[in-house]
Amino acid sequence: MSANLSPRAKFATALLRTAAALSRATGRGDGSVIGGRVGLIVEPRLLELLADGRHVVLISGTNGKTTTTRFTTAALEAIGKVATNSFGANMPTGHTTALAKARKAEYAALECDEHYLGQLLDAASPKVVALLNLSRDQLDRAMEVTALAAKWRQTLEASAGQTTIVANADDPLIVWAASVCERVVWVAAGQSWTADSAICPNCGSHLDRFGEFWRCTNCGLNRPSPQWSVAHTGEGVVGPDGRRYDLNLQLPGRVNRANAATALAVASLFGVDPAMAAPRLSEVTSVAGRYARVERDGRQLRLLLAKNPAGWLESFDMIEQTQPVVLSLNAREVDGFDTSWIYDVDFTSLIGRKVVVTGDRRIDLAVRLEVDGVDFVVVDDIKAAIAAIAPGPVEVVANYTAFQDIRAEFNRVN
Amino acid sequence: MATSTLRLVWLYPDLLSTYGDRGNLLVLAHRARARGIDVEPMQVRSDQHVPHGADLYLLGGGEDGPQAVAAERLLDDGALTKAANAGKPILAICAGYQLLGESFYANGRCYPGLGILDLRSDRGPSRAVGEIAGETAPMLGLGSITGFENHGGRTHLGEAVQPLAQVSAGIGNDGVTEGAWAGHVIGTYMHGPALARNPRLADLLLAWAMGINPNQLAPIDDTWPEALRNERFGALSNAE
Repeated sequence: MSANLSPRAKFATALLRTAAALSRATGRGDGSVIGGRVGLIVEPRLLELLADGRHVVLISGTNGKTTTTRFTTAALEAIGKVATNSFGANMPTGHTTALAKARKAEYAALECDEHYLGQLLDAASPKVVALLNLSRDQLDRAMEVTALAAKWRQTLEASAGQTTIVANADDPLIVWAASVCERVVWVAAGQSWTADSAICPNCGSHLDRFGEFWRCTNCGLNRPSPQWSVAHTGEGVVGPDGRRYDLNLQLPGRVNRANAATALAVASLFGVDPAMAAPRLSEVTSVAGRYARVERDGRQLRLLLAKNPAGWLESFDMIEQTQPVVLSLNAREVDGFDTSWIYDVDFTSLIGRKVVVTGDRRIDLAVRLEVDGVDFVVVDDIKAAIAAIAPGPVEVVANYTAFQDIRAEFNRVN
Repeated sequence: MATSTLRLVWLYPDLLSTYGDRGNLLVLAHRARARGIDVEPMQVRSDQHVPHGADLYLLGGGEDGPQAVAAERLLDDGALTKAANAGKPILAICAGYQLLGESFYANGRCYPGLGILDLRSDRGPSRAVGEIAGETAPMLGLGSITGFENHGGRTHLGEAVQPLAQVSAGIGNDGVTEGAWAGHVIGTYMHGPALARNPRLADLLLAWAMGINPNQLAPIDDTWPEALRNERFGALSNAE
């Protein structure tokens, strides 16, 4: 629960909620961003004031942060109310709105854009920070990935203080960034994309890899022993004492079992018994439209969001092996204007399936698939894609704005 | 025409592979195989020797630190310079392009390059990010080029190289010219999969690798690459 607010902060909070409600009523998203912006203009310290006195966890990384935040929220709800930015508004405006909307919540699970981690560490004084992974993402507008890891390392060294870090032991960039902290809980969360960590982030030498282990032969940076891991058999998570917690997730793929492991590790730091938290994760069926199932004209579509090479590879790992696939690619500002990264994705696993491509940059996909020997059909939009596929189940993989366009076609399904 | 397998070497994917650079290797292999030409695509890491006697070498783009390490290792190794002197084709992108020159800047320092191309690179006033297009030298027979650039460097060409193109959109070397070319070596700021958008450039490199004239290569279906080129040129003219 946030402490008593000053009259100015109360006024800012009220204005924030009004602005958000107005934005919602006029049909422009959920109003998180505009509401937060209004509140922070009236009281620039509003985020800090609203976070004060609450138990906060920040969750950041290139991929999986929205889902992991959702899992963590579900786990923490076992012990109390949780404020969370569940609409993916992951910058300080969104965090401010999330906290303003849930004044009574004792806990807060906040998804944090990678570039705002330092600001949030200072403003929200989190009890726990979860760091999932770092890989290349929208390089025409964001930082190159090693530079981002260096920034995190600096930020954590300066500001982490009493915070406990839950970090992915399988990602060398994450390990390097987090290893400056005193209190780290390591999770073997896997790494589906290793091309950004062929080189030691600490010294520039080659990393040696043997199965899941990795180490730098020059400076000694290596994979820490994880306390938490995804079970090698079946669907489960193994905790620090070797105890296994069974998962029955509705969300697909190994990557979501890893997200669940991180959420359970975080929740246990807040005093939640993982055995009590694990079943709650299976109640999550979709996350802001991700993994949602929708039906149209006898086609059952499952919607997968994938924004970068690691995300596309993870999606290909999740999709059913024989079903038709729709791929949709845009390159608007939030997607990044550069489509080069599709050449970092191996599409050969789609050979032999029905593949339909759409989105603003469908021709980029057509050229890409031709190079990989994948047969495809090019169509104008998701309606035409559905018409091009026989009735039955369909997997849909789209990047950010392409995904939002498809969601809009299905009444912004959550 | 060469009858043996065409050996395509992508150098240092561990250091220089930031923007889909693998695409150029894939496109070359695809275009060769579509014509029934045997290819052996090889990826050679920076802790391995650069193979002698390959038919074509590719260098990609990368961040400052890896770029400096790559230049140092290539200088130590020496095989790429020998290949260039022997007339083997090389396509170098962005950071890889800069390090083929006499010198380049990384992390605020000037580093010696391989000196394969007569050019020098330094830092520009701002980062060049966005679509790039231009008209190539008529001698190359490539027509217009299209790509995406993302770099902080500027490159100054010496007497012994020709610009790859005159810039019509974007920055390239300096806002006037883009890339460089000498013998069978081509450097460009069109990053990542430049060859996907420029199939004639891909074919020129293949022809050089095979020791034939590009018009001796059998035509292949370029419907989709041509559609992509038209879309990109169209997007630039709409933006004007």
